[in-house]
Amino acid sequence: MVIDAFLLSRIQFAFTISFHIVFPAFTIGLSAYIATLLGLWLKTGDPKFHLLARFWTKIFAVSFAMGVVSGIVLSYQIGTNWSRFSVAVGNIVGPLLGYEVLTAFFLEASFLGVMLFGWKRVPPWLHFLSAAIVAGGTAMSGFWILSANSWMQYPVGHEVRDGIAYPVDWMKIVFNPTFPLRFAHMMTAAYLTTAFVVLATGARHLLAGHRTESAKTMVRMAILMIALTAPLQALIGDFHGKQTAIYQPAKLAAIEAHWDSAKPGALVLFAWPDEKAELNRFEISIPGVASLLTHGSMDALFPSLKDFKVEDRPPVLIPFFAFRIMVGIGTLMILFGWVGAWLWKRGTIFESRRWLWLAQYSWPAGFVAILSGWFVTEVGRQPWLATGVLRSKDAVSPITTLEVAISLGLFVFVYCVVFTAGILLINRLIDKGPDEISHEDPPEQPSKRTLKAAQAPAAAIFGDGHPGDDKIQPAN
Amino acid sequence: MEWYLPVIWAGVIGTAVMLYVILDGFDLGIAILFPTTKDEGERDQMMNSVAPFWDGNETWLVLGGAGLWVAFPYAYAIIMPAFYIPVILMLLALIFRGVAFEFRWVAKPHHKVWDLAFWAGSTLAAFAQGLILGGLLQGVKVVDKQFAGGPFDWLTPFTVMCGIGVVIGYATLGATWLVYKTEGPVADRARRQAKALLLGLLAFAVLVSLWTPYAHPRISARWFTPSNLMLLWPLPVLTAICGYFAWKRLHGAHEFTPFALTIAIFVLCFLGLAVSNYPYLVPPDLTIWDTAAAPSSHIFVLIGVSFLLPTILFYTAFVYWTFRGKVRIDSGYH
Repeated sequence: MVIDAFLLSRIQFAFTISFHIVFPAFTIGLSAYIATLLGLWLKTGDPKFHLLARFWTKIFAVSFAMGVVSGIVLSYQIGTNWSRFSVAVGNIVGPLLGYEVLTAFFLEASFLGVMLFGWKRVPPWLHFLSAAIVAGGTAMSGFWILSANSWMQYPVGHEVRDGIAYPVDWMKIVFNPTFPLRFAHMMTAAYLTTAFVVLATGARHLLAGHRTESAKTMVRMAILMIALTAPLQALIGDFHGKQTAIYQPAKLAAIEAHWDSAKPGALVLFAWPDEKAELNRFEISIPGVASLLTHGSMDALFPSLKDFKVEDRPPVLIPFFAFRIMVGIGTLMILFGWVGAWLWKRGTIFESRRWLWLAQYSWPAGFVAILSGWFVTEVGRQPWLATGVLRSKDAVSPITTLEVAISLGLFVFVYCVVFTAGILLINRLIDKGPDEISHEDPPEQPSKRTLKAAQAPAAAIFGDGHPGDDKIQPAN
Repeated sequence: MEWYLPVIWAGVIGTAVMLYVILDGFDLGIAILFPTTKDEGERDQMMNSVAPFWDGNETWLVLGGAGLWVAFPYAYAIIMPAFYIPVILMLLALIFRGVAFEFRWVAKPHHKVWDLAFWAGSTLAAFAQGLILGGLLQGVKVVDKQFAGGPFDWLTPFTVMCGIGVVIGYATLGATWLVYKTEGPVADRARRQAKALLLGLLAFAVLVSLWTPYAHPRISARWFTPSNLMLLWPLPVLTAICGYFAWKRLHGAHEFTPFALTIAIFVLCFLGLAVSNYPYLVPPDLTIWDTAAAPSSHIFVLIGVSFLLPTILFYTAFVYWTFRGKVRIDSGYH
């Protein structure tokens, strides 16, 4: 392996995008959660929803800032390190990212100001609307990014002239065949990941003896979300896998470590795939099950790695192991969510210290699963950047090894310092928890009749209102 | 090929870059001025004056970058590698400055390090942007539509001067913004600083106006051909008038006009640079037509731009209106 600008640029992109993806995944889910809380507060007037929304908004602000700054790095890196990519597929991927900026980035960034600082400036309905717009913006952002990524996985709707892709049919490009499931898979992953962070936070507060309504609410809402979306995610993932068998057979062969197309695919539980010898060492597998899962029959044959030329094969080790980590975590998530739902139904959820103890450490689960999933899909796409159109090695900029070595060193240093600090600060906010509802001033339901009476205690509860400041009350 | 599409796109990207320079200019500017007070409350007040806006402001930089890629992929593919180190430095600096907005509040009372990150990040980002501007003005070596220069071509006395000039320019925007948006000691100090900075900004404008035609015959020909000069003379004259009135208004009690006039100076300087270089996007060789994307890509995004850009401007105005009025020392949003 030669250490050159190409290798270092790959490491740099993998490093910066892996750091980045964690934050948008979290903020996509968290903005939706905050909007939900504010909506519930508007509907019920229950102050615990307002306290929770304020609490999570502080955490959201810190995560969002980290997502923004690490995201800008990526959009520029496409030019700095992959300039031949930006020319070869710029006519297609450029407009998709352009639409992301125009429809999503501006929307999030502008209404973020209202969401973070508008508590006293705008009426509650408008504040809720701003939070909902931010949540919608993050999802829209995911839409365009996943559309661009899916097109790179399986390009359609274009023609190639002199090595450059030209658009022919924009509808086909935007809604390319692998996009809908990939988008659904990523969005569900984001919501699931956030649910585990909310769950872990609630569990941590309960175990620390803060047996507050808000901690219980977090646990309940998270269990509901996990018990429903974790199995849904398994279903989407299954469809996505079957689709990969059709559109990206080389990737699927790498995921399954499938070397011999004369035999049906076995479900390899464990192995050490040896790419030189073209076989699996230490294999433990169940014959026929991979064929059953991907093609619906134990006897189905499908292309193996050996059916592709060596220079057209993806690396095997990373997709193989990352896939197993992702599926393993997903399975545990379903189990964990269902056990939680069962404990909730029995009414012992807040006494189940062992389950809560596990729950408080469950927050990294979603992040690890998401990173694994992205390693499967991106490494599995190699050696292509845009399958069949442009190879990764032909995409790198005319820059020197020295330049990339300097920038990579700086990125590693800065990201380690800044993101460690950010995560420690988030941890600090989580430890502090939401402001408490004071027992001396029991909250009253804000209704038209009791509005005047409710204002003073409400102001005390919310901590920032002035008596008589009716903007703090939901409009009933 | 439709010759007018690249012209429209040059206008769109020019507008985006201009808006970026003005909007992020003043919030980078207030950070550049951060070390001029040690008082925590005053620093809070300065930061609060831009806190609800900075994220939206910085998004224009993303539109500038993404727009350049959408509309002129060849230019994007040449400029980014050519300015590899300054671009990376700018991005890293913006990371420090961006997270400082949020980290600073959570880290209190141990926020000093984030004050430093806020100032250093903003100053370095402004300086790097000046290096890139200067590097583009002095020209980029291109062979076969690819960057063919060395990794440090961007480092010359001219580009360093441009770097310093942009730092001073942003600080001027920041100081006049504080005059407009704050009150008390912060506003008083900003008014004093703005006077000195304004002179620095005007001096920089004069220096670039003399240096570029002297160094590049094509720029001198553009301005000093009599028929062109007949058309172009209002640009420098208007700049001088704006500078004069900004100076006068800073000595009076005016709060908004110094900021507005500083913006006008920036717009006029930007137009001057556009006049000097049009139609070259990557001077001295490649024009907007040489570097353009496929017409179908231009049209596809232009359809969106035609109604999304006004929408963005509309809700940006709404956010500024929501947070209108003075930011006092004791009234943080946090």
